[in-house]
Amino acid sequence: MRKIGSIVVAGCLLGVAASTFAAPEDDLKSLQKFYKERFPDLKQDEYVNGVYALDAGLREQWQAIEDFPPYEMDIDEGKKLFETPFKNGKTYGSCFEKGGISIAHKYPYFDAKTGKVVTLEQAVNDCRKTNGEEPLPWYKGKIAQIMSYMNFTSRGNVIKVDIPNDAARQAYEQGRKYYFARRGQLNMSCAHCHIDNAGRRIRADLLSPAIGHAAHWPVYRSDWGAVGTLQMRFDGCNKQVRAKAAAPQSDEYRNLEYFITYMSNGLPLAGPTSRK
Amino acid sequence: MRKAMKLVMAASVVALVMSVTITPATAVAGDVEEGKVIAFDRQKGNCLACHAIEGGSLPGNIGPPLVQMKSRFPDKAKLRDQIFDPTRNNPNTIMPPFGKLDLLTAEELRKVVEFVYSL
Ligand code: HEC
Ligand code: HEC
Repeated sequence: MRKIGSIVVAGCLLGVAASTFAAPEDDLKSLQKFYKERFPDLKQDEYVNGVYALDAGLREQWQAIEDFPPYEMDIDEGKKLFETPFKNGKTYGSCFEKGGISIAHKYPYFDAKTGKVVTLEQAVNDCRKTNGEEPLPWYKGKIAQIMSYMNFTSRGNVIKVDIPNDAARQAYEQGRKYYFARRGQLNMSCAHCHIDNAGRRIRADLLSPAIGHAAHWPVYRSDWGAVGTLQMRFDGCNKQVRAKAAAPQSDEYRNLEYFITYMSNGLPLAGPTSRK
Repeated sequence: MRKAMKLVMAASVVALVMSVTITPATAVAGDVEEGKVIAFDRQKGNCLACHAIEGGSLPGNIGPPLVQMKSRFPDKAKLRDQIFDPTRNNPNTIMPPFGKLDLLTAEELRKVVEFVYSL
């Protein structure tokens, strides 16, 4: 009975959070406070480790895997791809500040010119287009390997997503709305699983908190048999509730990425990494 | 054996007749067992995703364990309501509205209610 009480209380709390038009800073603060109450002993930087921050047994298994990182080859392969010149002789580095090294924490950002959120994957494919190359397929394969390298050079850099103007604020609100909206045949929102029920188990799976969700990509999963990107994970979670996935790099997914990355503000990048 | 069959058939005829007048319908032999299969089936109820239920392995703990349902829900119709559309009791609930969104057919729902009521 006590259990039911607390579930209902959490629900109300977030119901309020979802309906008010709070400033993004306040969203982040209230979410941090919510988790702080649920996980009083959890240090802020630990959130980048997802469920492994919550369960000692799972963490031990994970650390055994991380001793021989299954994504190591992808970092090397990504570096090779990153440094190999295009047909026109230029490299990816020419498209980015600091030659693309140690900059992953600045993505996604809001581009005032196009009025859209730009993710790092998109910036990579835009770079290819600018240089007369075909874009890479999203989510897995070469793009995820390049992401692995770029994030590896950015490990430890603190995420600081900025919301510079009203248009950016709208993109953020869209992402936030997506996060709190019920979807799929099962009628659940991202927030149901990762906020209301973070730290509880859905069947055998422990649910990780939303804070930290954007801080450790790409991820190697044995389920995927490869490294994959954050938006690939969105698809997986949408499938769990039997919802239709949005298209890769669609406005929906970019705005969602913008919102959840904002919720990871202040955390150090920790990708690539591995997950069950 | 034939006699038993006849009895079951008679029982279901009675149940059919009665279901017209009273809801929820009276249990039919086998409902509890069939309801359990539906409740445990990942493609159907998948209730174990969130609830500990006797006889089910590796349950989640999002919802309360389903025990002593008769004393929690003296009125079976209220139990059915909770499974049909839990948002009526808690608008923000994560529990899917199995009846309202046709995740279970009326027959399946009826059997699941019988099963849960037996816990
Ligand atoms: C039915 C429950 C459920 C829903 C709804 C759900 N997820 Fe998940 N999600 C999971 C589970 C289970 C995992 C794997 C365990 C974990 O890390 O939480 C997961 C993992 C993730 C991860 C990876 C976490 C990590 O540490 O690598 C991200 C990111 C994520 N979900 C985002 C979302 C987003 C965005 C939505 C909504 C579009 C969503 N989830 C909806 C259950 C859910
Ligand atoms: C995704 C999670 C989830 C799933 C799946 C789920 N439930 Fe629930 N259930 C809950 C939660 C959470 C509650 C607590 C009250 C609320 O939020 O509605 C609950 C409450 C209940 C209650 C009321 C318990 C009480 O003592 O008051 C019953 C009965 C119930 N669920 C039955 C079922 C049945 C039967 C199924 C499968 C057909 C099912 N649930 C599937 C999450 C779930």
